[in-house]
Amino acid sequence: MSEHHKDIDQPTGVETTGHEWDGIKELNNPLPRWWLYIWYATIAFSVGYMVVMPALPALPGLGTNTRGLAGQSDRIAVAEQVESLRSQRSESGAALLTASLEEIETDRGLQQFAMASGESAFGDNCATCHGAGGRGAKGYPTLADDSWLWTGSLDGIQQTIQHGIRHEEDPETRFSMMPAFGRDGLLERQQIDDVVSHVLSLSGREVADEASRARGAEIFAAQCATCHGQDGKGDRTVGAPNLTDDIWVFGGEYDDVYNTVYNARNAHMPAWSERLDEQTIKALAVYVHSLGGGE
Amino acid sequence: MGLINKHGVFERHSLILTIGILITVSIGGIIQMAPLFYMDNTIEKVEGMRPYTPLEVAGRNIYLREGCYVCHSQMVRPLRDEVERYGHYSLAAESMYDHPFQWGSKRTGPDLARVGGKYSDEWHVDHLIDPRALVPESIMPPYAFLAEKSLDYRNIEDDLKALRAVGVPYTDEMIENASNDLQAQADPDIYFDEQDALVARYTEASGREGTVQIRDFDRDPDRITEMDALVAYLQMTGTLVDFSTYEAEDLMNAR
Repeated sequence: MSEHHKDIDQPTGVETTGHEWDGIKELNNPLPRWWLYIWYATIAFSVGYMVVMPALPALPGLGTNTRGLAGQSDRIAVAEQVESLRSQRSESGAALLTASLEEIETDRGLQQFAMASGESAFGDNCATCHGAGGRGAKGYPTLADDSWLWTGSLDGIQQTIQHGIRHEEDPETRFSMMPAFGRDGLLERQQIDDVVSHVLSLSGREVADEASRARGAEIFAAQCATCHGQDGKGDRTVGAPNLTDDIWVFGGEYDDVYNTVYNARNAHMPAWSERLDEQTIKALAVYVHSLGGGE
Repeated sequence: MGLINKHGVFERHSLILTIGILITVSIGGIIQMAPLFYMDNTIEKVEGMRPYTPLEVAGRNIYLREGCYVCHSQMVRPLRDEVERYGHYSLAAESMYDHPFQWGSKRTGPDLARVGGKYSDEWHVDHLIDPRALVPESIMPPYAFLAEKSLDYRNIEDDLKALRAVGVPYTDEMIENASNDLQAQADPDIYFDEQDALVARYTEASGREGTVQIRDFDRDPDRITEMDALVAYLQMTGTLVDFSTYEAEDLMNAR
């Protein structure tokens, strides 16, 4: 278009773009200066950004992207932030690791630290099963009462959190297995009926059929008492629950108890030492211990 | 003068304009995407990643079918609060056998990239059946039907073949035995030899012990349900990579 020449719009004195539609022409006003200079500035900024930050993907053969002069990396940055958080915590938390229950209870600062840190870890990791504040759910023991399956001591709770319950990958896990009396054919259905009557009577429930309960008591003595005790008060060394306190992990209705005896319930809790550090676990133990009846 | 005045050509011919737009836009796309295919550090070098077992693939298919990704992401970002809550940030390597990946973009529920092993199988089953029985404030819909529905795995070989076609290194042996492997993983009381074969196959692919979890996931030993498959998949997420050998300080792993 060497023949292109300026076409000036007479009334305004401004050059036109040379386009014409039905006699209407378009003015070719220059861009506002402020806009144009900001645009140039962003181009200059982008050049600087490419030099300073990791920006350019590799040219073929180079293998990796440019690192940039600033050496910025989200992953390295987050590692440093987590590290600094840990070191801040360990200042207050180092004492926690070795402290006994009495020491934690008397040292106000230590106790507050453990409770705050334990509560926050509990919210995400434990409350999912055990409920907010340890209120429990059917199948998941309540931690806010003073009935403990394995142990309610601070060290014991800590060990439970560390190694889990029936977490087979961990050799130190708390382990016991209740047989599935019905499914594995150890007891007839009628016998399970009898035993359930007896078990319900242990916590003071009314039982309709006394003869059945009496038969159940004999079966209980032969089959269940090894773990749950002759009086049904349970045995914490094997995590066998106390059957006389009317607190039921898997439900206390007739059908629930029948189901438990028939299929057995051997609940599983993961070992948290794989996920949480020692200090967090100790804080959790202190928190759980404080919820209800810690021993 | 010169080229700048040729714009009239584009403005008068819509097809030429369209082609011009396509070329301009694709420059940005190519510069962003093409290098990922030849850069050495696109996918981190890690130990432990293996193709998913047939049961996990079946579970993953249910995860996709039910649209779990609509509310759950699978991507722990490198931010302090996320690393504190969910564990190690996600690596590209951890998604390398995902077709399509499940990073997601919305967290109505929590991130699931590292939910594997965090809760018990019983919890997953109870929670999927009735989320509010365990988490009263939850708005997740119940998936109780998964426990009732037998898993349809007649096409599991084809699923594995399709994944191999897009680059997942399944061996012929893995594909031939897909159906047996699937049953062996969920039904540990019956399939002893198949179990050993399954573990051997996928342990070899992984390069480290203990990545194959074998058990009855849904407390229903009589049959394999969709619940078995989904829980098996969830319990595997985020557990494959051996982070004790991952070199976070290596510049090739910096992002």
